[in-house]
Amino acid sequence: MTPTPFGHKHLLGIEPLRPHEITMILDLADKYVDQNRATEKRSTALAGLTQINMFFENSTRTQASFEIAGKRLGADVMNMAMQASSIKKGETLIDTAMTLNAMHPDLLVVRHPHSGAVDLLAQKVNCAVLNAGDGRHEHPTQALLDALTIRRAKGRLHRLNIAICGDVAHSRVARSNLMLLGKMENRIRLIGPPTLVPSQFAEFGAEIYDDMHEGLKDVDVVMMLRLQKERMDGGFIPSEREYYHRYGLDADKLARAKPDAIVMHPGPMNRGVEIDGTLADDINRSVIQEQVEMGVAVRMAVMDLLAQNLRAERLAKAG
Amino acid sequence: MTLFFTNARLIDPEAGTDSPGHLLVQDGKITEVFPKNIELEQIFRARGISPEDVEIIDCKNRCLAPGIVDIGVKVCEPGERHKESYKSAGLAAAAGGVTTMVTRPDTSPTIDSPEVLEFVTRRAQADSPVNVLPMAALTKGRLGREMTEIGFLMDAGAVAFSDCDRVISDTKVFSRALTYARSCGALVIAHPQEPILSKGAAATSGKFAALRGLPAVSPMAERMGLDRDIALLEMTGARYHADQITTARALPALERAKANGLDITAGTSIHHLTLNELDLANYRTFFKVKPPLRSEEDRLAVVEAVRSGLIDIISSMHTPQDEESKRLPFEEAAAGAVALETLLPAALRLYHAEQLDLPTLFSAMALNPAKRLGLPSGRLSAGAPADLLLFDPDVPFVMDRFALKSKSQNTPFDGQRMQGRVLATYVAGTPVYWRT
Repeated sequence: MTPTPFGHKHLLGIEPLRPHEITMILDLADKYVDQNRATEKRSTALAGLTQINMFFENSTRTQASFEIAGKRLGADVMNMAMQASSIKKGETLIDTAMTLNAMHPDLLVVRHPHSGAVDLLAQKVNCAVLNAGDGRHEHPTQALLDALTIRRAKGRLHRLNIAICGDVAHSRVARSNLMLLGKMENRIRLIGPPTLVPSQFAEFGAEIYDDMHEGLKDVDVVMMLRLQKERMDGGFIPSEREYYHRYGLDADKLARAKPDAIVMHPGPMNRGVEIDGTLADDINRSVIQEQVEMGVAVRMAVMDLLAQNLRAERLAKAG
Repeated sequence: MTLFFTNARLIDPEAGTDSPGHLLVQDGKITEVFPKNIELEQIFRARGISPEDVEIIDCKNRCLAPGIVDIGVKVCEPGERHKESYKSAGLAAAAGGVTTMVTRPDTSPTIDSPEVLEFVTRRAQADSPVNVLPMAALTKGRLGREMTEIGFLMDAGAVAFSDCDRVISDTKVFSRALTYARSCGALVIAHPQEPILSKGAAATSGKFAALRGLPAVSPMAERMGLDRDIALLEMTGARYHADQITTARALPALERAKANGLDITAGTSIHHLTLNELDLANYRTFFKVKPPLRSEEDRLAVVEAVRSGLIDIISSMHTPQDEESKRLPFEEAAAGAVALETLLPAALRLYHAEQLDLPTLFSAMALNPAKRLGLPSGRLSAGAPADLLLFDPDVPFVMDRFALKSKSQNTPFDGQRMQGRVLATYVAGTPVYWRT
């Protein structure tokens, strides 16, 4: 096989990536940011390739981001709302994958409510598989877009103090970010009530805080996580208002961070639950809109690299 | 019919010895054990046996041990015969050196009435080359509400009562069932686990489950379940066996209960003795068992507990699952692994690692389970049934799951290097398996 710069067939998680590969993705994404800001946004990296978005879990934002990314690179993009389809008729994940595989897609973008499901699917198909979130496991493109946002705002992606706040336990975004930011040699703090921040994460080198005032002291980046509605009713935290009081990000708590600290959120936000609405809209502190913009660029970069691999592999096979 | 096993390495768990010798079998029973240095002619002359009537089996210094008595084998009859039948399980058992399968009642329908038990016994007798002793459910439908007809079921041949991996969460129901079982002299086998805390768990909580994003249970749930059961035993005085003790934190409670004179024994599964949570690696569902695989510290503590005798019994916890129930995302996949044929080579890993010697292994796999169920087997002494296992502990091989005799081939050891193979298995002096 012809060696390609990016040596992975799939993007299933941040875990297998090496630091220089992360940098490679981000560098390419920077170029796509410029392309996306230009009037003529289309290029041809995925021309002739078929991209199928399989979302076994509802998502508007991520699916739209992948769809736009694919279309801007010239792919034929198809969306499948898996919740409405064969799964309801009792078909297993692997059967669905095999059926799609027979249609010869080149890129499969998959989101699934169970950890490890995307890995399982990747073992059964011939095309490149992109994990768009599996259960509580990984959401690699989210971590990459967060990294790109941080790098552009801070001018670097190392030796930063980064706080990840909220429902770490149920968050694939937190896991992928912890992995990526750790690989790039940043100091990571996890902040939240102990029911939502398992102590085992300390073993990955993160510092764990249950006091947000203390945890935010002198950080460069504040990453908020979405609190799922079903966690709010007394099971994990006593109430929405107590959570907001203790762990919601407001100007008072943010004052503990560095004066130039940025505020991030993977969206969709619960204003007044995990973040103060005014703060979320403060263009001097919040980079939440930039995150969405970087999302498209990062996904274009990843799909471009996976497609290069795919083409090289097929070329090698053909002779 | 007279069999004479010569030049054997005799593994005698009762005496705790591993020494060369010969073993004489007459009419399906072991009649005498001889040390190595006795001449065969001398024995024949002294016992009045003519050499023409004897089948001499030269063991060539391979190990001869009592056949394995495996408590907790799932045969999927009635209900799911495509996963495992008495015939396929029996052949797998024979190939694995298991001469007595003590079968589980968690079938569909549940084995909870004398009628279903009689059906199962009939099927087993017709199809299985090895001994089958059925267990029955402790509560009807394993629902934890009403106790089964323990007396009738014992009359029909039930050797123990268990709701298998379902915990009877209603302590009133469980304490009455234990009290009633005691009056019948019945053995109750329970799965010590706090059912609410462990609900939905697919892994043991810890660094690994956190990394993989799997719903996990604290290992403490096992100790909480065991503590509760021990308190109920103090109340009721029942005969009790914990099916699987798999964590270090549960061991002190078990030790205290034994020291206090309660009628309690404990088992563990071969998977918890030889695998740990890291084996789950990339969500390999063949490693999904119940309770989930534990940390390496827990595994080592359990191995030590088997060595010291605190844990009495090692079982295969043979649980056949078809491909469809395993080819799913980890959380959705069914739990359980087949192990009748891998029990011995997996157990021998502990022997080769010099953690357990062979007499200790065969105490846990043959003698202790036989004793707990009041069976005469599981030993190499005169009068015991000639349920025997001839094996070579050293021969290396790579496990190929498709070579298994079970109808389901969900073994976590697939593709792994193992050592030790069964050469022949005898039930009551009749060969039921021999390796060609």
